[in-house]
Amino acid sequence: MNKRLTVSALTLSLGLLSAVGLAQTGSLKKNLKIAFLPKIINIPYFTTTDNGGLAAIKEFGGVGKAVGPSDGGASSQVSYINTLIAQRQDAIVLAANDANALVPSLKRAMAQGIKVVTFDSDVAPDGRNIFINQAKSDGIAKGQIELMSKLMGGKGEFAILSATPNATNQNAWIAIMQDELKKPAYKDMKLVKIAYGNDEDQKSFTEMQGLLQAYPNLKGVISPTTVGVAAAARYLSTSPKKGKVMLTGLGTPNQMRSFVKDGTVTAFQLWNPGDLGYLAAYAAGSLASGMITGKEGETFTAGKLGKYTVGKNGEVVLGPPTTFDKSNIDKFNF
Amino acid sequence: MKRRGLLGWELSVIVLVFVALFGGALLSPDFLTASNLSFLTANFSEVALMSLTMTLIILVAEIDLSVASILGLCSAVLGALFAAGWPMPLAILAAFGVGGLAGLFNGLLVTRLGLPSLAVTIGTLALYRGLAYVVLGDKAIADFPAFYTNLGFGSIPGTQIPIPMALFAVLAVITAIVLHGTAFGRSLYAIGANEIAARFAGLQVTRVKLSLFVLSGLMSALAGTVYTFRFASARADNASGFELSVIAAVLLGGVSIFGGKGSVVGTVAAVFLIGIINGALTIVDVSNEILTIVTGLLLIFSVLLPNLLARVRSARERRARGRAVS
Repeated sequence: MNKRLTVSALTLSLGLLSAVGLAQTGSLKKNLKIAFLPKIINIPYFTTTDNGGLAAIKEFGGVGKAVGPSDGGASSQVSYINTLIAQRQDAIVLAANDANALVPSLKRAMAQGIKVVTFDSDVAPDGRNIFINQAKSDGIAKGQIELMSKLMGGKGEFAILSATPNATNQNAWIAIMQDELKKPAYKDMKLVKIAYGNDEDQKSFTEMQGLLQAYPNLKGVISPTTVGVAAAARYLSTSPKKGKVMLTGLGTPNQMRSFVKDGTVTAFQLWNPGDLGYLAAYAAGSLASGMITGKEGETFTAGKLGKYTVGKNGEVVLGPPTTFDKSNIDKFNF
Repeated sequence: MKRRGLLGWELSVIVLVFVALFGGALLSPDFLTASNLSFLTANFSEVALMSLTMTLIILVAEIDLSVASILGLCSAVLGALFAAGWPMPLAILAAFGVGGLAGLFNGLLVTRLGLPSLAVTIGTLALYRGLAYVVLGDKAIADFPAFYTNLGFGSIPGTQIPIPMALFAVLAVITAIVLHGTAFGRSLYAIGANEIAARFAGLQVTRVKLSLFVLSGLMSALAGTVYTFRFASARADNASGFELSVIAAVLLGGVSIFGGKGSVVGTVAAVFLIGIINGALTIVDVSNEILTIVTGLLLIFSVLLPNLLARVRSARERRARGRAVS
């Protein structure tokens, strides 16, 4: 009697278990162990990415942590990867210090069933399942032109203050920007000059000075480099053209905060590192739950950010850059 | 009497190795697994290799602080030559040539000019690292043939013993035989204990020291080759700061910083002790900064403790003698 009761109770609970199991297909597994391994720990940028990731892991009921070296050497990251393998993490989410040096250890991790997601800086594709790309050239260039147009009222002369003349990413962006300007919406905007500040503070500062003198009708400057935009803002903040020439570009909130507050700069852009970590965590969770494998065309949902599709070579693109202005800049610290 | 005390030190280090293993197992269930121990030992293979020649150098009361910089320089040379299209065996040979020359330069400055090795090798620590940056800049050379990276990364077939560690085991045995079983080895103790007496006894002190510095350079070249293949990456900043761990291991192993005392067994045990402590702390997510602090403390502890012990002993002897007189 007693025995039969136990047996039926057992059957019942088994039935319940399988029902629960069925209900859970299509959602992320609970208690996944996911570790973030930034290039360097305890610097504002990576603290922001890691906190974004840890928040996401908490949302789907996983166990997250961030560990990492205090120097930028590849070898220090290798020993962390080895430790994470020994700890039997379900997934490793890392920003690689070296595209090749980490691959053998990452392959070993994947051979033991650990899912690998890279963000910020990728490794060779055979060393990871998915790479979260912070921004495609396309998104950045179009976003910058759109913002510039809004700031200068869609009309007038503007210039670009770039990094070095042979920087691959800068040139790719500038080419797309020039293409974008052919659209009817931007027909009244005229790109008068591309200057190069070589990603040096002093040079960018004097180039900005030169631009303002050479083009008295200049209404805007785009500087799609964090060094350039900060140096240009510093010049502009003390110049009589402050508030008349619209400056924007790619910058970090910590560099640009004072210039936004004193009205030198209205708005600038960059990808949101918190979202980058958040998306990487969801990608890792989806991989570790067996919902995706990193093949082109697969889709997964990343919490508040919505649905993402895996592109060529296992790449997932975060999306258009975030615009920072007076209203939101104090929410960011990097 | 002294010899006995030394063996006691080495025995203590060996006991501590087992205590550390046990402690690691208590800290984390993932610690005492074959794969973790394999990672853990591979992790300190370069430090282990360089600690062998460092033992010999400290035994003759000299020091070589440039070992990690020579490693970086050899790694950079190896990478640059491979990238320039040299066949791998030739590039490795060239790296050994550079390592040997770097050691020879240290040795000549110390022996011919009579400069203190501490000052000379602090200088070459900066010099060789600088040269590594001249050779490679901030580039990283990768894409080495899989055959070579497997040598650095792989294990002896059928076991979990990393290949670099097997290499270390062989070299440790050879070093032990040379040091403890040959006239050359005994001459190192004589030089370290009293250089002037050793000279008067007809030992070729200058030649011995010079050869030790060259040997140290060659060992750094070997460690550089291992490092390059283990990480599949030749960079100028490879193994920055490793000299600290090497010297910590040798001193913790009971080799006297003043020369003349020590053994290969002690060094090997201390290499494992430091490696295991670091491994156990990393697996429970102790941060990198704390690990550096631990290595530093071990270094101070291993210099301080023998000193304190010697003082206590001599104080006790004095008291005993005082009692015998009265």
